[in-house]
Amino acid sequence: MDTTLKVEDLHKRFGDAEVLKGVSLSANTGDVIAMIGSSGSGKSTLLRCINLLEIPNSGRVYVNGELIRMKAMPDGTAKPEDQKQVERIRSKLAMVFQNFNLWSHRTILENVIEAPVHVLGVPKKEAIEKAEALLAKVGIADKRNFYPNHLSGGQQQRAAIARALAMDPSVLLFDEPTSALDPELVGEVLQVMRKLAEEGRTMLVVTHEMGFARDVASQIVFLHKGQIEEQGTPSEVIGHPKSERLKQFLSSTRH
Amino acid sequence: MDESLTFLLSIFPRLLAAVPLTLALTAISGVIGNALAVPVALARLSPNPLLWMPSAFYILLMRGTPLLVQTYLIYYGLGEILPGSFIQQTFLWEYLKDGFWYAVFAFSLNTAGYTGEILRGAMSAVPRGEIEAAKAYGMSSGQILWRVTLPRAIQICLPAMSGETILLLKATSLASLITVWDIMGTARQIQKESYRIYEPLIAAGIIYIVTVFILTRLLNGLERRINQHRAAPQSA
Repeated sequence: MDTTLKVEDLHKRFGDAEVLKGVSLSANTGDVIAMIGSSGSGKSTLLRCINLLEIPNSGRVYVNGELIRMKAMPDGTAKPEDQKQVERIRSKLAMVFQNFNLWSHRTILENVIEAPVHVLGVPKKEAIEKAEALLAKVGIADKRNFYPNHLSGGQQQRAAIARALAMDPSVLLFDEPTSALDPELVGEVLQVMRKLAEEGRTMLVVTHEMGFARDVASQIVFLHKGQIEEQGTPSEVIGHPKSERLKQFLSSTRH
Repeated sequence: MDESLTFLLSIFPRLLAAVPLTLALTAISGVIGNALAVPVALARLSPNPLLWMPSAFYILLMRGTPLLVQTYLIYYGLGEILPGSFIQQTFLWEYLKDGFWYAVFAFSLNTAGYTGEILRGAMSAVPRGEIEAAKAYGMSSGQILWRVTLPRAIQICLPAMSGETILLLKATSLASLITVWDIMGTARQIQKESYRIYEPLIAAGIIYIVTVFILTRLLNGLERRINQHRAAPQSA
C-alpha cells in the first residue's frame, strides 16, 4: 500500500517548552487517523507541523513519498529550503480549521474556487462546476452566493470542507473541526466527515469526538505530553487501553 | 445687501468652472497617494529595521508637519533645483512649469503618509486565521497579500479612507497658494479683481460643501458595495 503521509521524529519547541518530543506517524491511502489527547498534548501542533503552519525544529515529513526539504538554522530552529516546494505540498494537504477561517470578503462559491483557480491553475469555469457539485455534496448548494458571516457555524464548516475537497488533496487535515460549533451543529459536520471516510479519503483528524474516533477512524493515536503514548485500531485503543494515562483520559471523556 | 447677493450669484459660474480642477487634484493625488500607501504600510510592518524605520520616519514627517509647509517646500524647493537639471530637457518640463503638478506631488506624498498609517493598522487587524488558511492552501506570499490581506484591510479601513479623501478634497485649496486656479484660487483671484473679501469666500464655501456632500454620498455607496459581506444576506 502507498504511504501517503509519513512523519518521522518530529520535534517542536516553543521557547523552552518542548511540545513535540519526537513523533512519528504514517498514513496509507484511505486511512482515517484520529488524534486524541488532552489539551496541551501537542496534537494540534503535530497537525500544523505537517503543512508547516508551524515549522518543526527537526524531523522529516514526506507527502506522497516526497520529503519536505528543511535546513537547520544556527539557533536550533529550522527553515524550509524551498518555499515553492512548501507551497506545492501544502496544496496537496487541505486543512479544515477549528474556526473555519473562510475568507470573509469572498462568497462561499468564491471561497471554494479560490485556491483551485489561483494556486492549482484550474480554469475558472471548471472550478465553478466542481465547486457547485461539492457544495451540493456538503448540503449547502443554496448558500453559494452568501458571504461566510451569513452562515451558521455548521454551514461555514461544511463550506470549509468543500473548499478543502476542491483541491483534490492527498490528505485532509482536520484541526478540531467541531470544537467551535454549538452542540446541535456538531452532527451535521461529523456526518459529512463520515461520508468522506467512507469514500476512502485519507484523513488526519484532531478531535475530541470519541464517538467519531471509535466509529470512523481506522487508527487512533493518543498523544500525551508531546509523544505518542498509544496507537492502534479503535477497539485496541478505546476498548483495551494499556497505559494508565490513556485509561484516565478515556474515563474523563466518558460522561 | 441686494447688490452683494447679485455679485455673489454672478461669480458662481467662474467658480463652478474651477470645480473640475479641484476634483482632478483630489482624484489624481488620491489615487497616487493611496497606491503609495501600500508600500509605506508594508515597509512599516516589516520586521527589518532598514524598512520599518524609514517608513515610520516618513509617516511621522508627513503627519507631523503642516501640509502647507510640505507644499511650499516642494514647490519652491523643486523650483530651485529642477531648472538647469536634466529634467528641463525632458517632456516632464512642460508639466513642471505649472503649480498643478507640484501640488499633486505634495498631496500624494502627504496622503501616502496618512493612509499608509491607516492601512498599517488595518493590515494588522486582518484575522490571522484567514491568512493562515491562505498559507495552508499553498498561496505564495504575494498572492496572500493581493488576494487576502490587502482586500480585507481595505474593507476594514474604508470608512477611515473615505474620511481622508474628504479631508484631501478640502486640503487641495492650499494649491491656490502656489498659483493653481482651483476653486479657492479662483475665489482669491476674484477677491483681487473686485476688492470684495467675503462674497468670493462664501461662494467658494458653498461650492466646497456641495462637492463634499456629493462625494460623501458616492463614497458611502462604494463602502456599501465593498462591504456587502456585512450587509443583510442576499437570496441565492
